[in-house]
Amino acid sequence: MSERSERTGQHSSHALTTPRSGGVSKQIVRPYGDTTGDGMVQVSFTLPVSHDKRAEGAAVQLANKMGIDPAMVVHAKPMGDGFTFFVVYGRVNHLVDLGAVQVVERDFALLSAKEVNTVVKQRLRRKLSVVGACIGTDAHTVGIDAILNVKGIAGEKGLEYYRELKVTNLGAQVSVPELVEAARAEKADAVLVSQVVTQRDAHLHNTREMSAAFREAMPAGRRPLLIVGGPRFDETMTDELGVDRIFGRGTTPGEVASYLVHALITQRKAMA
Amino acid sequence: MTGKLDLDPALVARARELARRAGQPVVDLARSHTTVSVERAVLRLAGVTGADPDGIPWVNRLVDAVVADVGLGHGVAVPVFDALAREGVTDVTLLAQKAAAGSVRFTQPTGRAATAARSAARRAVGAGIRRIDRRRAERDRLVKRHGDPAQRPWIYLIVATGDIYEDIPQAQAAARAGADVIAVIRSTGQSLLDYVPEGATREGFAGTYATQENFRLMRAALDESSKELGRYVRLTNYASGLCMPEMATLAGLERLDMMLNDSMYGILFRDINPIRTFVDQRFSRQVHARAGIIINTGEDNYLTTADAVDEAHTVTVSQLLNEFFAHEAGLADWQLGLGHAFEINPEVPESFRLELAHALLARELFPDAPLKWMPPTKHMTGDVFRGNLLDGFFNLAGALTGQGILLVGMMTEAVVTPWLSDRDIALQNVRYVLGAAGGLHEDFVPAPGGFIRRRANQVLGEALDLLERIGEQTLLTAIAEGTFGIMKRPADRGKGLAGVAAHEADYCNPATEILEAAA
Repeated sequence: MSERSERTGQHSSHALTTPRSGGVSKQIVRPYGDTTGDGMVQVSFTLPVSHDKRAEGAAVQLANKMGIDPAMVVHAKPMGDGFTFFVVYGRVNHLVDLGAVQVVERDFALLSAKEVNTVVKQRLRRKLSVVGACIGTDAHTVGIDAILNVKGIAGEKGLEYYRELKVTNLGAQVSVPELVEAARAEKADAVLVSQVVTQRDAHLHNTREMSAAFREAMPAGRRPLLIVGGPRFDETMTDELGVDRIFGRGTTPGEVASYLVHALITQRKAMA
Repeated sequence: MTGKLDLDPALVARARELARRAGQPVVDLARSHTTVSVERAVLRLAGVTGADPDGIPWVNRLVDAVVADVGLGHGVAVPVFDALAREGVTDVTLLAQKAAAGSVRFTQPTGRAATAARSAARRAVGAGIRRIDRRRAERDRLVKRHGDPAQRPWIYLIVATGDIYEDIPQAQAAARAGADVIAVIRSTGQSLLDYVPEGATREGFAGTYATQENFRLMRAALDESSKELGRYVRLTNYASGLCMPEMATLAGLERLDMMLNDSMYGILFRDINPIRTFVDQRFSRQVHARAGIIINTGEDNYLTTADAVDEAHTVTVSQLLNEFFAHEAGLADWQLGLGHAFEINPEVPESFRLELAHALLARELFPDAPLKWMPPTKHMTGDVFRGNLLDGFFNLAGALTGQGILLVGMMTEAVVTPWLSDRDIALQNVRYVLGAAGGLHEDFVPAPGGFIRRRANQVLGEALDLLERIGEQTLLTAIAEGTFGIMKRPADRGKGLAGVAAHEADYCNPATEILEAAA
């Protein structure tokens, strides 16, 4: 509550800039309903309780704990057995310091499928060739299929959908020599390997075996970009595993496509 | 034809004739090939159940053993029942276990041994098909007792937690809240498994594994709900992917009521070999026809990859092909939940009128098919408020054009798997629209010469052009060249090709024989 009493009444500007020691500026904003500084927000949620007076009281209590005070329960509706849905409007007493916002920036820009196609077409001037596989005994193609199949994942289409990418999905239980051979035959710009099984660190052994095989088979400048993905990888282990990039849980095809464009076209041209 | 669009009957007849011409070579191909999954389905009908300690079904182990000894092209029924007689075993599952242990050798018998094996196989498979018949009769009784939903379209809701025991209360809650059809979404990637997992499952990726036991558990739960609610609540799953014929068989054996079952989806979106798909398709449709199951086709998927205005005619072409393949396999019009979707970019001028034209075209072309109407997904952005409005227009289009099955759109599409409250808000949206305008299709007749009639006729014309072009080559070539959903899928590529074989002269499949005799 102290923040609120401290700031109440300061309607003079929409973003307060307070000088701080060390010269870092402090920019304070609060939510905007219809008046600067009113702090109004709207939230909706469900509580696992039947709808009655006590349920509405519980909703107010939750809103208060979220920093909304006063909280107005404007809508409460019973749903099924023992659930109630609430819509709450109210004034939130938290402040936002824009100067203290920290954002983890992705080191490559996220592009749409159309943008990826355009960059590949205009700057690579041929299809970008991607070869994917599950190596070793791993039969879990869920990951590689989510990234490569048109079907994709979470409403995002897989790399096959990108007109300017030529995708070869070798499927499951591909041996490392087969993968190297396919990469050569398809003139792969990038090789994507998916590993789900982690028994006795199989995913790490398989990945090292794969990167070593590519190092042996092809000179550095001609080697495809090596990318490995799976739910149990540590994304910082690229050097240790000898690959260019590791993607963890929740990676989408769009992120992979954007990275391919970044690593193979945008960054490469910038360095050349 | 009700004639709301003034479609030229000669053009419509021509479109059907072209679809038949494009589809017939594919049917011929399907009639002269078999697949490992078709053969496994035959063994399931003959009574093989269960899985080995690693979870690999005995049908897989048995088919693999037969293929290793005599190949796939004779069909597995005769070698299996020949071995059964020679080994003096009465139980086919026991034979599968012995075969997996390597203690049985299979041969393709001739003469009297072959005749005996054929009739034994036919008896065993016939018993399985009679089980499907009994399940169908049971459904008819339950529908009669509890009744069908009071309104059309039927309201179709998705459940997908990964855990069948979590799915059950959610499905029952959804039924209580107004759902007429419950679909249990499958775990991501199940379509590419070349076996059907066994038993009740509690873990899945963005969906719940389709297994015979999960089918049974959910159907039993919805039977309780049907009784409680006084309306028969239908259950849907997926006959797609590499195990399509087995899925259809298990659905028939466990009285599922609808199955997603598209003639080309697996080829285009899962890169499954075209021949494998068409062979598996035909068998699964024959089973669905027998089991009284309504199929849902997947035309909505084209519009998620291709533009919904430019490519509207590919939906019509696919519907016509799906209709041809369905009729050929013995499905009746009431079983054809032909798919289409509300996927036009809402920023396109007159997008709603275009949607109405496309939806009404499907309605007029297939007057006796229930039609599966799919909600917006591609242009759902995470702006849940706009999403809810778009879903309202989708529901209105469904009411205006008399759709048969309406998949309830979620405002949180592309954001989260639906929350309890999302589903409640979505159903409220449907109830409002159907309550306020449910009968509006009676009054809705687009003006002669107006925008909607012109657009519908234009799409039909484009569909005819495309069918003419397909007729000049073949459907397989058209698929290889990327005519549908922009994917190129040559007939000698794709997953599951290794499990396909051309029939030998003595090929025997008692299931197909029985199913075709009835049709």
